[in-house]
Amino acid sequence: MEKFTNHTGRVAPLRNSDVDTDQIIPASYLKRVTRTGFEDGLFAAWRKAVPDFVLNRPEYEGATILVAGRDFGTGSSREHAVWALRDYGFRVVISPRFGDIFRGNSLTAGLLTVVADADVVERLFARAEADPASEVTVDLGKRTIEAGDIHAAFELDDYTRWRLMEGLDDIGLTLRHAEDITGFEVQRPSWRPVTTSR
Amino acid sequence: MARTLAAKIWQEHVVRQASGEPDLLYVDLHLVHEVTSPQAFEGLRLAGRTVRRPDLTIATEDHNVPTTGAGEPIADLVSRTQVETLRRNCEEFGVPLYPMGDAAQGIVHVIGPQLGLTQPGMTIVCGDSHTSTHGALGALAFGIGTSQVEHVLATQTLPMDPFKTMAVTVRGQLPDGVTAKDVILAVIATIGTGGGQGHVIEYRGDAIEAMSMESRLTVCNMSIEAGARAGLVAPDETTFGYLKGRPFAPSGDDWEIALASWRELRTDDDAVFDKEVEIDATRLEPFVTWGTNPGQGAPLGGEVPDPASFDDDGRRTAAEKALAYMDLRPGTPLRAVTVDTVFLGSCTNGRIEDLRAAAGVLAGRRVAGGVRMLVVPGSMQVKEQAELEGLDAVFTAAGAQWRSAGCSMCLGMNPDQLGPGERSASTSNRNFEGRQGPGGRTHLVSPQVAAATAVVGRLAAPADLS
Ligand code: SF4
Repeated sequence: MEKFTNHTGRVAPLRNSDVDTDQIIPASYLKRVTRTGFEDGLFAAWRKAVPDFVLNRPEYEGATILVAGRDFGTGSSREHAVWALRDYGFRVVISPRFGDIFRGNSLTAGLLTVVADADVVERLFARAEADPASEVTVDLGKRTIEAGDIHAAFELDDYTRWRLMEGLDDIGLTLRHAEDITGFEVQRPSWRPVTTSR
Repeated sequence: MARTLAAKIWQEHVVRQASGEPDLLYVDLHLVHEVTSPQAFEGLRLAGRTVRRPDLTIATEDHNVPTTGAGEPIADLVSRTQVETLRRNCEEFGVPLYPMGDAAQGIVHVIGPQLGLTQPGMTIVCGDSHTSTHGALGALAFGIGTSQVEHVLATQTLPMDPFKTMAVTVRGQLPDGVTAKDVILAVIATIGTGGGQGHVIEYRGDAIEAMSMESRLTVCNMSIEAGARAGLVAPDETTFGYLKGRPFAPSGDDWEIALASWRELRTDDDAVFDKEVEIDATRLEPFVTWGTNPGQGAPLGGEVPDPASFDDDGRRTAAEKALAYMDLRPGTPLRAVTVDTVFLGSCTNGRIEDLRAAAGVLAGRRVAGGVRMLVVPGSMQVKEQAELEGLDAVFTAAGAQWRSAGCSMCLGMNPDQLGPGERSASTSNRNFEGRQGPGGRTHLVSPQVAAATAVVGRLAAPADLS
């Protein structure tokens, strides 16, 4: 995983709440067996059907920070939603609240999701709408969002922050504790089911 | 200290705890399907890793599979590749697989309980948000993403922070014609699609205790639609009766040992939940959705709401967008909404009890002209059982299509889809834009309402039929 320390970029303002992962990437794009190349699926239905959808507007081309309304990434667990955002070029998503599974997926896959107060999000919308070329800096080390006169702190637990900043792979970290896992397995009740024999 | 059921199961599965780090949680059962696993297996291969416990893992084919002509190769080449990739991966890594055509194949959340693999007190994960379904048997079950699938394959554990807990107590007796589906739609409309965020919901109260296992599965299934990580019902005699004799349930002496352990699985009387909600079952009615998220629902006797009636800005804008997409006008009685398609199936309502309930309504009646109705059993075993009971004959005599097991029209990934602008009454769990096919419009309903709607051609309850 690539290390994440801080990121400065332009904002695409998505003024919708309840953006479920079926909207982020429709099911027809989930048939692939690769982990990259999902950018064409990102918001595919809206990009096709809504001419003034934010990603169709030239002034937001090249934006790397997506700011969205409340409850972004609800619904289906598809990690493809994170991959589509990442492959399209987004590094950060800011919203007042995220779907739990989407949030977990993003932080595992190195897309930084930032929970910000609704009024901070509103100000970020207004700024990006007034001046699409304006930039925002998200600093993971300091856990801050900086944009003109907007200075906001955000929360992220130390462990996740450390993992993102070091670009560490979760599996590698867990395998350091392989002995603990084996120890646990020895004590598991023997009547728990196994799938290989009935 | 008094603990909730969720906390008890969690603590029993902590492999390692260290301050400032997430708990390392052991996974008792890992369910795998074709859509969210290929990249995980590929990751293992690239890192030279193996599946730590293939004997705690099962795979099935459900999302992509066509529900007609079982056994023939899948016509859509991309879907076929995905299914074949799963078969190769299971073969290479030694994971047991229930492929299309197998007598036990079906939707992953239908076959787990049916095989008796889902048991009280277990931790269960799957790369699918509706893993919450399995909580109906008193298991802590939650959906994960593909990176986590890879993590569980490699280590049989997950680093996780404990969930918060929420009690949803449903008191009183459900009125006639009101089902588990109506209960959960009402719960979601009450607490909102984000209301359960970060929580495990434990469903309790006499209405839940009185429910069959299949109804509890329906309730827990849609916990994710309230934003919750998992749903949970404390195991009781209904649970034990359901499990006894199933292929993977403990037997002989093991059954007695397991039973003694399962009987301990209750929330302590003085345990405190982070959130509590009460629902009065006696006041519930058949519930349907009018919008594009499962929280946008109302009693069938009601009407399409006026967005202006919401004082919250976000909810008002969301309702305006939803009505535009759904092509509905405020004030329209829900019973006046006509449909083109009725879908009976999915991991929410594709079990035998659901098919029986719908067949009970359809017996001796006909699906309205111009309406297509798909009946898709949740598993091949449900299909077999339904055919044994003659339910298939009831459906086909009514003019409905009788299909093979799969996710079918729950999501637009296989040939069963809505066309642009088509409207469905669907027993599935998500009415998101385009979920059942690009441009399709979905009203979520119970199996009984689905059947009555098919007969009338408009949203209707069995009581509306003469
Ligand atoms: S039936 Fe629908 S919700 Fe259930 S697993 Fe299949 S696609 Fe997901």
